[in-house]
Amino acid sequence: MMTATRAPAFPYPEPTMAMATTAPVVEVRDLRAYYLVNQYGVRREVRAVDDVSLRIESNQIYGLAGESSSGKTTLIKTIAAATRPPLYVVGGTVRFNFRDSSVELYGGAQPDLGAIRWKHLSYVMQGSMSVLNPVRRIKHSFVDFAFRHMGEPMPRFWEIVRAHLERLHLRPSVLEAYPHELSGGMRQRVTIALATVCRPEFIIADEPTTALDVIVQKEVLAMVREVQRELGSSLLFVTHDMAVHANLCDRLGIMYAGRLIEEGDTARIFKEPLHPYTQHLISSLPRIGDRKPRQGLKGAPPSLADPPTGCRFHPRCPLAMGICREEAPPLLPMENGRRRVACFAAMAEATGEGSP
Amino acid sequence: MSTALLEVDAVGKTYGMGGLFGRDRVRAVDGVSFTLDSGRPEIFAIIGESGSGKTTLARMILNSVPPSDGQIRFRGRDLATVRRRRDRLAFMKEVQPIFQNPFEAFNPLKRVDRYLFITARRFLGTRQRAAAEEAADSALRQVGLSLAEVKGRFPHELSGGQLQRVAVARALISRPSLIVADEPVSMVDASLRVAIVNLFTTLRDDLGVSIIYITHDLATAYYISDRIIIMQNGRVVESGAARQVLDAPRHPYSIQLKNAVLSPDAAGSDAALRSDRMADRANVADAMTS
Repeated sequence: MMTATRAPAFPYPEPTMAMATTAPVVEVRDLRAYYLVNQYGVRREVRAVDDVSLRIESNQIYGLAGESSSGKTTLIKTIAAATRPPLYVVGGTVRFNFRDSSVELYGGAQPDLGAIRWKHLSYVMQGSMSVLNPVRRIKHSFVDFAFRHMGEPMPRFWEIVRAHLERLHLRPSVLEAYPHELSGGMRQRVTIALATVCRPEFIIADEPTTALDVIVQKEVLAMVREVQRELGSSLLFVTHDMAVHANLCDRLGIMYAGRLIEEGDTARIFKEPLHPYTQHLISSLPRIGDRKPRQGLKGAPPSLADPPTGCRFHPRCPLAMGICREEAPPLLPMENGRRRVACFAAMAEATGEGSP
Repeated sequence: MSTALLEVDAVGKTYGMGGLFGRDRVRAVDGVSFTLDSGRPEIFAIIGESGSGKTTLARMILNSVPPSDGQIRFRGRDLATVRRRRDRLAFMKEVQPIFQNPFEAFNPLKRVDRYLFITARRFLGTRQRAAAEEAADSALRQVGLSLAEVKGRFPHELSGGQLQRVAVARALISRPSLIVADEPVSMVDASLRVAIVNLFTTLRDDLGVSIIYITHDLATAYYISDRIIIMQNGRVVESGAARQVLDAPRHPYSIQLKNAVLSPDAAGSDAALRSDRMADRANVADAMTS
């Protein structure tokens, strides 16, 4: 009933046969989250997330790519309802459609977040050492995080935790360990176990493997994939490493300077990136077995306090035209709505090919 | 035959850990040897995971940590004899470091150009402000920046990529013959990483600087380096021409490393992750029996 009233403003077409008919687990509409600073009468506004709309279907891994200060961390903080001043949500909504309930954030009355956190929505953070309390054994962290949300009596709780650890190929003896006794990879595995023990429907993972070595990274990613497939949860996976996205994610969204600039199925994006920034990200990836010289991109990411006019990528863009300097390109659907791209040059090229 | 620029000769480092009683000994680097030629500048990559001893090795080459055994010779002179201030300055003029995180390498409360001027004064002996500015400007131009862009700026006003290029420029001021770069691109954003990596090849080809490139990223090592060594637990397990080693690694650990690199070409399939640990073990077992 919601779609009927809101659909015209939303750049997605109505669901077709090709698309999932069930409601998406997460629906972000026109979200704007700004850092508002008011110092000595000087108002500053940093538009970290500007007009982002996306949806994450059930049982899907959605990858979010972008470099530092592209707003990806602000976006996931906003989705996780973990905003603190000076970060304010200026507009837009986030809606979760869980199995037995729907929750809308920022749409009026703030719902009871304690009821959805961990049981429906959980979070894997980058620094595993700062998530686990260094002076308490791992088992206490499990009690602190999960016991209240699971709502089971203590013996049953430990039964579930042990079974869950076993499923993730972790020995139950890790429960007795202190965080410093475990290696970085092991700690990260424990935090993943911690985030998934209540079988949440939606998991946010913020650069969970960035600090790990390649071999450990691959094992942890394999574990993430396995546990996601088993629970059938949706996963929002954030990293700047395009090679990880290529191997893990079903869908991929690319952010640049606070805006979503391209979105689509991972395989399609890697095969045929449409936005010049995405094209650069993919073509500049070094590969083993290929020593072709690669071009760097001139310039640097813009400051979000003072973004360029029009398309925020235009000062660095090889295809920049006059209109790019004046108007921000909208994120328009292509390929029957499976793909969205915000670029005038890409749209101009596509119009000749019978795209919607 | 041209002379050796740097000879690392059976170098080892043992750290003592623990307190007064029951000291644990950790062998961080064990019997590492290689030679860089002075007539043929090259990019020499040292690859290994954390704890493999690559940073300890770099510190020994920079003469900031003495080796426990073995010898490191720079242009024939044992680094253990480089102790007096004048000798150390002469050595530092020739061998310059670049660190992993440019935001930590520069003091956030001081202007970045200050580092360039100090380096010019110390190693080039420039006394006049104008001469120091000229040296800084010419070094910055080699990395695609100019003094006008950097002058008077604080580290937070520059992007990570710009700051890392300033770090490279600073290293270039003394016109070194060897640069030791410890994970120089791992903290730099994806869209700027290639530019820095390309810069290293320019330094090698145009300025004749040899570069020791320390990394855990096999893909960039393959892209720029001429020779590589792969380290595990302080030992070199495989070494040789970069392409040869990475195209067909022989040692089980190198094979495991290469298999763990996620290729962007497999986009959309999770085959690489599904194959899991079992497949890696099988590959290693194959390599060991053959």
